[in-house]
Amino acid sequence: MAAVASDRLFGKSIKRREDPRFITGRGQYVDDLKIPGMTYAAFVRSPHAHAKIRKIDTAAAARHPGVVAVFTGKDMTGVNSLPCGWDLRKEKKIPGVMQDLAIVPHMPLTSDAARHVGDPVAIVIADSHEAAVDGAEKVQVDWEPLPAVTVTEKAAASGAPKLHEGAPGNVAFKWEIGDRAATDAAFKTAGAVTVKKRIVNQRLVANAMEPRACVARYDDATGELTLWVTSQNPHVHRLLMCAFVLGIPEHKVRVIAPDVGGGFGSKIFLYNEEVVCSWASRRLKRPVRWTASRSEAYLTDAHGRDHVTDAEIALARDGKILGLRVKTTANLGAYLSTFAPAVPTFLYGTLLNGVYAIPAIHCEVTGVFSNTTAVDAYRGAGRPEACYVVERIVEAGARAAGMDVADLRKKNFIPKFSGAFQTQVAVVYDSGDYGAAWDRMLQMLDYRKFRAEQEAARKQGRLLGIGFSAYIEACSIAPSKLVGALGAGAGLYESGKVRVHPTGMVTVYTGSHSHGQGHETTFAQLTADKLGIPIEQVEIVHGDTGSIPFGMGTYGSRSASVGGTAILMSLNKVIEKGKKIAAHLLEASPKDIDFSGGQFQVKGAPAKAVPFGAVSLTAYVPHNYPEGLEPGLEETSFYDPSNFCFPFGAHACIVEVDRETGNVRILRYLAVDDVGNVINPMIVDGMVHGGIAQGVGQALCEGAVYDGQSGQLVTGTMMDYAVPKADMLPMYETDRTVTPTPVNPMGIKGAGETGTIAATPAVVNAVVDALAPLGVDHIEEMPMTAQRVWKIIQGAKAR
Amino acid sequence: MKLPVKMTINGQSYSHEVEPRLLLVHYIRETVGLTGTHVGCDTSQCGACTIIMDGQAVKACNFFAVQTDGANIMTIEGLAKDGELHPIQQGFWEKHGLQCGFCTPGMIMSVYQMLERYPKPSEELIRHQLEGNLCRCTGYHNIVKAIEWAAEHMPAKK
Repeated sequence: MAAVASDRLFGKSIKRREDPRFITGRGQYVDDLKIPGMTYAAFVRSPHAHAKIRKIDTAAAARHPGVVAVFTGKDMTGVNSLPCGWDLRKEKKIPGVMQDLAIVPHMPLTSDAARHVGDPVAIVIADSHEAAVDGAEKVQVDWEPLPAVTVTEKAAASGAPKLHEGAPGNVAFKWEIGDRAATDAAFKTAGAVTVKKRIVNQRLVANAMEPRACVARYDDATGELTLWVTSQNPHVHRLLMCAFVLGIPEHKVRVIAPDVGGGFGSKIFLYNEEVVCSWASRRLKRPVRWTASRSEAYLTDAHGRDHVTDAEIALARDGKILGLRVKTTANLGAYLSTFAPAVPTFLYGTLLNGVYAIPAIHCEVTGVFSNTTAVDAYRGAGRPEACYVVERIVEAGARAAGMDVADLRKKNFIPKFSGAFQTQVAVVYDSGDYGAAWDRMLQMLDYRKFRAEQEAARKQGRLLGIGFSAYIEACSIAPSKLVGALGAGAGLYESGKVRVHPTGMVTVYTGSHSHGQGHETTFAQLTADKLGIPIEQVEIVHGDTGSIPFGMGTYGSRSASVGGTAILMSLNKVIEKGKKIAAHLLEASPKDIDFSGGQFQVKGAPAKAVPFGAVSLTAYVPHNYPEGLEPGLEETSFYDPSNFCFPFGAHACIVEVDRETGNVRILRYLAVDDVGNVINPMIVDGMVHGGIAQGVGQALCEGAVYDGQSGQLVTGTMMDYAVPKADMLPMYETDRTVTPTPVNPMGIKGAGETGTIAATPAVVNAVVDALAPLGVDHIEEMPMTAQRVWKIIQGAKAR
Repeated sequence: MKLPVKMTINGQSYSHEVEPRLLLVHYIRETVGLTGTHVGCDTSQCGACTIIMDGQAVKACNFFAVQTDGANIMTIEGLAKDGELHPIQQGFWEKHGLQCGFCTPGMIMSVYQMLERYPKPSEELIRHQLEGNLCRCTGYHNIVKAIEWAAEHMPAKK
C-alpha cells in the first residue's frame, strides 16, 4: 500500500455525509413517492397454509368504487416463474450434489394452489389505497384447504402433504461436502472423546424497519418502465425481471432503489409484488404503488435460517479436534427464493472448518419444501448457521473432555498465516491470526478473574455464565468463476465509474447499494484520498440502473472490498490518463509524472506541477492536448475478486440467569473483530453493534413460529415477533485486530455480518455455562426466552 | 363520507376533508405530504411514526386524523429551526446514531420528549425510555451515545 499521508481520510471516523437528510426527515424512501395518476395496489393472499384454488371471482371487486383493475394469475399470460438463481444439479457438474435441485415453479400470482399463508393470488388496483384494500376484500376465492406441513423435520417425512409435483417427498435437494470416509475414520480413533448434539437454528424474520415497497411507472409514449423498489441490488432486480419473468427489454427498464430502510438480505430477492406491479403498470399505462404492511412483510419477506442439525465432534485425549460430522435439514419454505439453494450449501458447509485445524469434516444437507414463507439469505446467510454449529459443538466437546472451553479453542486454532490456508471444506482462507484476536478478547475480559467471580457467585446460588465464539466468515462475495462452478446464475463482480467534471468535481457511480452502510461517506473518503481533493468535491451515486454500469449490489459484506476496489481501479485509470495530459502541459514524459496531494508534478522538480482541476479542465477543453488522446476524463472498471475474504474474531458474552424466572440478562458483551483494513472505524463499529444485536436477538427472543396444525404464522406482527429493544442490550465492548487480506489492494475484508454470526453462539454458550451447576450441558433450541430457560431449570431440578 | 379536520403542523395550519378511517400518520404523509414521519409496522410497536402532539410524544398510527382535529403537531421536519439542527439531531449525527435512517425521525421525536422530562438521563433510563422505538441497524449502542450527547448539549432551560 502507498505511504500514509497525514491528511488521509482512509481510516478516519468522519461523520456521515448522508445523515443530514435522514435526521431532518428528508430521506426519500420508496413509499414517499407520489406520481400524478398514481394508482394503489393491494394483494389478495391465501389465508390457508395449503389449499387448492377452485375459482376466483373478481366481479364484485372490479365493481367497487375507485377500483381500476383486478388481475389474477390467469390474466398474466406469457409471464414466467420467478427464477431461482442457483442451480444445484449434477448435469451442471456442481460439486457435492447427491440429489438434484427440484426446480419448482413460483408464479408471481399463483393460480393452481396456495402453498403458504400469504401466497398472493390476485392484485386489486385502485385510485386510492383505501379503495384497493376494500376491493381486495371483495375478491371471492373458492378454496379447497389441504393438509399442511411447516415443521422442518416433518416436511420430508413419509406421508407429509406434497407441495409440488416436481419435488417428490418435498425434498428440494441433497448435497454434501468434505470427506465422508476420512471423517468416519477420525471418529474411530482409539481413545477419542466423541459428542453428538442436536442443534436447532430457528427461523428468523429480517425485519428491516422499512417494509418492502415498489412504484412501477410505465410510459407508453417512450415504452419505458421505471421501477422504484426497496432493493439491495437494482441491476439484479432488473435483469431477473426482464430476462426471466416478464420478457421485456432490459434497456427500456430503469430500476431505482432510492433511500432504502435496511435490508439484511431480505431486499436482495426478486419478489412477486414488484413483478406484478410492473406488469400491471404496463397493462394499465398508469403508475402503480404498493407498500407492504408489516403483517404482509412477515408473511412474504424471505425468512432466514431454519436448520435442524445433528453435529458430532471427535477429540483426542489432549483436546485436539480429530473430526466434525454434520447432518442438516434446511427448510426452504414453499418456493425457491432467488438464492435459496446457495445458503444452506455453499454458504454453510464451506464454513464448518471454523478457525480450527480440523483434519476431517463431512457435512450432508437435505433441503426441504414446507408450507411456510420461502427462506433465503438473512444477515450472514449460512455462515451464522455454520458458526453456530461449530461454536456450540466445540464447547460441548470441551465439556465432555473436561477441558476449559477457552483452552480447547486455543489449542486448536489454525496458526497465523497469510496467503492461503486450505480448509477441509473446499474454501481457501486468505489470511488469519486467530490467536491474536482471541488473546485480545481474553485480555479485555480478564477471563481468569471472571471465573473466580463466577465461582463466588455460584456459591451464593447465582447463575452466572460465560460463552465464547471464535468465528470466521466468507465475505467480499465473490469470484465469479468460482461461484459459477458452484451453481450461481450470476457473476459476482462489482462496477465503479468515476466521472471527473470539467471543474474538477467528481461523481462516482457504484453498482453497490447503501441501505444503511454509509457508501456516500466511505466511498467519498476513498475517492478524495486518491485524487487529493476535498471530500466536498466528491458525490457518490448508487441505486439507479439509469446512470450506473451493471453492478451486483450489496450483500455478503462486499461493498467496500469489491465495490470499493472497482472504484479504486477507475481512480487509478483517471490518474494514469491525467498523467498523460499533465505531461503534455508540463512538457515532460508521462512516466516522469508523479501524482500526489492533488498535484501532477515532474519527478524531482516539484515546482513543475499542475493541479488536478487544471488537468480536468484540459481534458474537456482539449486545445493544448496530447496527440491521439481522447478528450474527457471518465473511467469505468469492473472488479472481480480472486477469492473470498475471511474476516474473523473472538466474541464473549457474560450472562446472569434468574433462577426463579428463567430471565437471561446480558452483563457484558465483548467483541474483537478482524475485518482487515478499515475505511471508517465509526461506521464499522456501528455495523458490529447492529450485528451483535441481531445475533443476540436470535439467541434470546426472536423466532418465527408456525402453528403446527393450521400452518398459520403465529409471530405475524411486531407484537408477536420479538425484535430486540434497547433495554435488553448492553453497551458493547469492542476492539479490532488488523490482518489485511492479500486478496484486494486495500486489504479490506468486510464487516457487515460479523456481529450477527458471532453473537448467537456466544450468548447461548453463556446460558449453558450459567446453568452448568444444575447439570445442564446442552440446550437444543433457541431463543432463550425466560419460559424456555425456566423449563430447563425445572427439568434439571427434577433430575 | 368525509369529515373536516383542521390542525397545525410545524406552525402551519392545514384543513382537509378526510375519511374517518384515515390514520393521522397517513394524513401527515399522504394528505399533507410530510413524508419524514414513517410507517414501520401496523401494531404500534416500532415507533417510526412518533410525533409531538400538543407537547406529548405520540405514535401517529394510534390516532385517526379526525380524532386530532385542532391539534398542534410537530413532526421531524419542524425540529430544526432556521437551518440550525436541534441538539438531538446533531447528537444522532455526531455519534452515528443512525444507519438506514428509517427509524430515526421517530427516535428523535421520542427523545425530544424524553429530554424534556429527564434532562440528564442515565443509560438505564434512556434504554427504558426507548422501549417504544425499534431500530434494526444500530443495536442501540450509538443511539444511547447520541442521546447522552444531546443531553449534554441542550440549551439550559430558562
